Amino acid sequence: MNVLHFITSFFTDGAHWSGYDGIPTRLLEHLQYSLEALGLAALIGLPVGLVTGHYGKGGNTLTLIATAARALPTFGLLVLIVIIAGFGMLPVMIPLVVLAVPPILVTTYEAVRSVDRSPVDAARGIGMSETRILLQAELPVALPLILGGLRSAAIQIVSTATIAAYVGLGGLGRYIVDGLYQHDYEKVVGGATLVAAMALTTLGIFWALGRVAVSPGVRRAG
Amino acid sequence: MRISGLTGQAQRAGIEARHTPAARLKHNRSRLSPQQSELGWSRAGGNGQTRRVFGVLIRIDSVTKRYPDGTVAVDRLSLEIPDRAITVLVGPSGCGKTTTLRMINRMVEPSEGTIWIDGQDSRRQPVNTLRRSMGYVIQNAGLFQHRTIVDNIATVPRLLGWSKDRARSRARELMERVGLDASLARRYPYQLSGGQQQRVGVARALAADPPVLLMDEPFSAVDPVVRKGLQDELLRIQDELGKTIVFVTHDIDEAVKLGTMVAVLRTGGRLAQYAPPADLLSNPADAFVEDFLGADRGIRRLSFFSAAGLDLLTAPIVAVDATAEQIARAAQGAPYLLVTGIDGKPLGWSEPGALTAGSVDTGRLLSYGRPFVAGEDSLRSALDCAVLSPAGWAVAVDGEGRATGVISQTAIAEAIRGAHEAAPGVGGTTGAGEPKALR
Ligand SMILES: Nc1ncnc2c1ncn2[C@@H]1O[C@H](COP(=O)(O)OP(=O)(O)OP(=O)(O)O)[C@@H](O)[C@H]1O
Ligand SMILES: [Mg+2]
Repeated sequence: MNVLHFITSFFTDGAHWSGYDGIPTRLLEHLQYSLEALGLAALIGLPVGLVTGHYGKGGNTLTLIATAARALPTFGLLVLIVIIAGFGMLPVMIPLVVLAVPPILVTTYEAVRSVDRSPVDAARGIGMSETRILLQAELPVALPLILGGLRSAAIQIVSTATIAAYVGLGGLGRYIVDGLYQHDYEKVVGGATLVAAMALTTLGIFWALGRVAVSPGVRRAG
Repeated sequence: MRISGLTGQAQRAGIEARHTPAARLKHNRSRLSPQQSELGWSRAGGNGQTRRVFGVLIRIDSVTKRYPDGTVAVDRLSLEIPDRAITVLVGPSGCGKTTTLRMINRMVEPSEGTIWIDGQDSRRQPVNTLRRSMGYVIQNAGLFQHRTIVDNIATVPRLLGWSKDRARSRARELMERVGLDASLARRYPYQLSGGQQQRVGVARALAADPPVLLMDEPFSAVDPVVRKGLQDELLRIQDELGKTIVFVTHDIDEAVKLGTMVAVLRTGGRLAQYAPPADLLSNPADAFVEDFLGADRGIRRLSFFSAAGLDLLTAPIVAVDATAEQIARAAQGAPYLLVTGIDGKPLGWSEPGALTAGSVDTGRLLSYGRPFVAGEDSLRSALDCAVLSPAGWAVAVDGEGRATGVISQTAIAEAIRGAHEAAPGVGGTTGAGEPKALR
């Protein structure tokens, strides 16, 4: 029995396509966890990264925090929060956000820092406010790198959101956890395939986003 | 008379400059087109004090800048920057030119002293309002690479709240003014050459029609040919728009070419000399300025004298089809004869004896080098032509390229001596002296 066989039989089994344990439900759940975690992480990482990058201060502190956050074992954090706060969304969200903030924060900071100083100097010289300089002179040029940071955060979240299954929640992790428990390898492989497909889709979405959001002047100049 | 008022002010500004008010007056006027000078007179006469046309717009009043690390970049600098003229700050690297310029729009705050803009303390108005009233051009143009050319230029009008359409049509207008083809409007900066980008930078600075333009080594990153084009363009724009321009450069030739007034700074941000370029070349205040001006300042100073007053000889000119008689008459007292075509354009020099009457063999003529335009060029050009010519004589031509006369090196040298005597300080007030850099 090879992996391909597992995959075909998993996806051709009609029972896997409906009900509360069906693929659409699990996909939607997974998507929901991922989007929520990414949204939260971006809400923290983007503003902090943009502002520190703009003023060029706090870079060392940021790197320190990011390194520390990366060193935290995701699963350990999950267990810890379950012990402290009990089951629910919190033990899933906190590890995912902790995972995603560092790449967003650090790349955003670096992206803004790396923007050529002369247009920024010109922007200040012609009387743009600091907020405008950040949003109209720095952000559009830093955008490709910032999107890169968001993309790697998103991919990490998508693959790690499987941990939700450990605390009794849904998502694609269900197939993997349940499959391992039931020795149903078809399910394990099917779940893993879905996670991989979702990660690839994420890549595609970010590529498209880059095409739409990044100015041709920046895209081709870089 | 308003103009003499300016002269007085400029006189005070030029602490170490020594020359006559009349010369200075002439100089300041020379940069303005006749039309603008007229405007200046009539406005001053009609509106009295309401609109200052020839006043001092920016006054730097014993300003010191000490950076947090203790570096004194500018030391008790006082400078009166005249309205509607190009004032150049020049000096060696690190002498505080950029710092001085950036204090004017408060990108750098002075540690001591005050900068007065049109009679008002620059700290009195909100910093961004101040900056929007001053165009700002920097070395590598500093264009926004995510914006098209037209939107780059429209930046300040947009900041001032203009509608997108109005700002864009204004931007297109400016593209034309700075010599950019309209087809470039939708391009992005990376699709432009360095020289074109610099033009966009100038257009962006001019977009909201600010009275003041601050330029920090705007042309130093482009090759000499493009730079010359940009300089000529700036002079033309200045003639048309009459901005108050503060221009930073470390290139003394650029300073002499562009400046109505030139401030030479020495390391440590102290003013070494503040004078019109012709004065600078003729009367450097000290060894530092003299050294900074370079070895050939005597020759360069000749750019300020017009070749119009030269005594041109027409006798030694003969046409290709000249008769033996004509040749013989022309040869009296001239070692060489200039042969011209039927159209009057110069062909070359020849010794009279080598000429065959009726039809000269043009292949045997000596090259005449390069002619100078009698009404337009400077003594420097005329001298250069004489030096380049194998015969040692310069050929003068009119606007159409027809020979109008010839003159020997010796005669030019005499004219130079005469011009210097007539104008010991500046270019002088009579004859060949017009204190404006000519070609
Ligand atoms: N932000 C700063 N902090 C500390 N010192 C500075 C700062 N900016 C400039 N300086 C110092 O002040 C002095 C004048 O600098 P400035 O940039 O005004 O010189 P400049 O005449 O424009 O030189 P260049 O021709 O090289 O551009 C230099 O010694 C420079 O090192
Ligand atoms: Mg500088």
